[in-house]
Amino acid sequence: MKAEVYLYILAGALVIYLIRLLPLTLIRREIRNPFIRSFLYYVPYVTLAVMTFPAILSATGNTVTAWAGFITGLVIAYMDGNLFKVSLGACAAVFLSGLFFS
Amino acid sequence: MKPYRSTKENRSRFFQGMRAGIPIGMGYFAVSFTLGITARNAGLSPWQAMVMSMAMHASAGQFAAIHVIAASSGFLEMAVTSFIVNLRYLLLSSSLSQKIRPGTRLSHRFFMAFFVTDEIFGISAACPGYVNPFYVYGAALVAAPSWEIGTLLGASVGNILPLAIANAMNLALYGMFLAIIIPPAKKDKFIAGIVVLSMFASFLCSVLLVSLSEGFRIILLTILIAGIAAWLHPVQEQGESSHES
Repeated sequence: MKAEVYLYILAGALVIYLIRLLPLTLIRREIRNPFIRSFLYYVPYVTLAVMTFPAILSATGNTVTAWAGFITGLVIAYMDGNLFKVSLGACAAVFLSGLFFS
Repeated sequence: MKPYRSTKENRSRFFQGMRAGIPIGMGYFAVSFTLGITARNAGLSPWQAMVMSMAMHASAGQFAAIHVIAASSGFLEMAVTSFIVNLRYLLLSSSLSQKIRPGTRLSHRFFMAFFVTDEIFGISAACPGYVNPFYVYGAALVAAPSWEIGTLLGASVGNILPLAIANAMNLALYGMFLAIIIPPAKKDKFIAGIVVLSMFASFLCSVLLVSLSEGFRIILLTILIAGIAAWLHPVQEQGESSHES
């Protein structure tokens, strides 16, 4: 069982690494095609937005504190944009609202 | 053209990366406990859980992998499951490929590929212009150990964080995503529209298409919405990526 688990991990890790590696090594030039260029330019915004909502609402086990964190994060990101401040602010909002609504 | 001429530049990017890695590490620490606990419940030893975290750096991918191991479903199933659950990295890495300065050493690409997590990809995508590989390494140096040690602790002693703290820290990663997508949305109305549309579509899918897994939802919506956006509003040929930042 023990050795087998590591083989399983190796198999999974290899597949994951290849998925990450192949685009980085195969696409080594600037893509000229305007559509693909634009598509890849928009990918991060779409992916991160889709991953954030609605998953963020169930991240704390309490919808009220999750909304508090979400809105605080939005406001700080809009006003300041500093990664660390936004993250910490969202966490603090969850913690503080958790004192009242849990 | 010599890509990375200045060691001083590399060093300063490295430290910037470490700074950006701190909120990522916080979020990882909170999330990886749960992962460790799941791994232990599935019969993995703490070391096995930690080795898995070191080798994969993939949250949803690791939860899926743990299920496959627990069921002893075979290596082929492991490979196929890993491929499906982690397919979005294909999109993220393709996007990242355009943020790497052409002519960058191949070895950098091999190292960077190891750290294409949602979060480290996110901060790399947020860099104006090309992303310096050392920025990625700095972030990984801070964030990855926290993922690995969190898994180890979760698998060996369970969640040692008080619940209120753990719940709060779970927002760190989402806060980071917001910090990456909101400031560009503030400057560019079109990106703002994409962000709102993406969140709304994701919400609709989660309510209406319950059987659609989260992994596929992310892939399908990304292809669909980024595709529509590229078609409606192609970015300029001389884009922002013409200079190192």
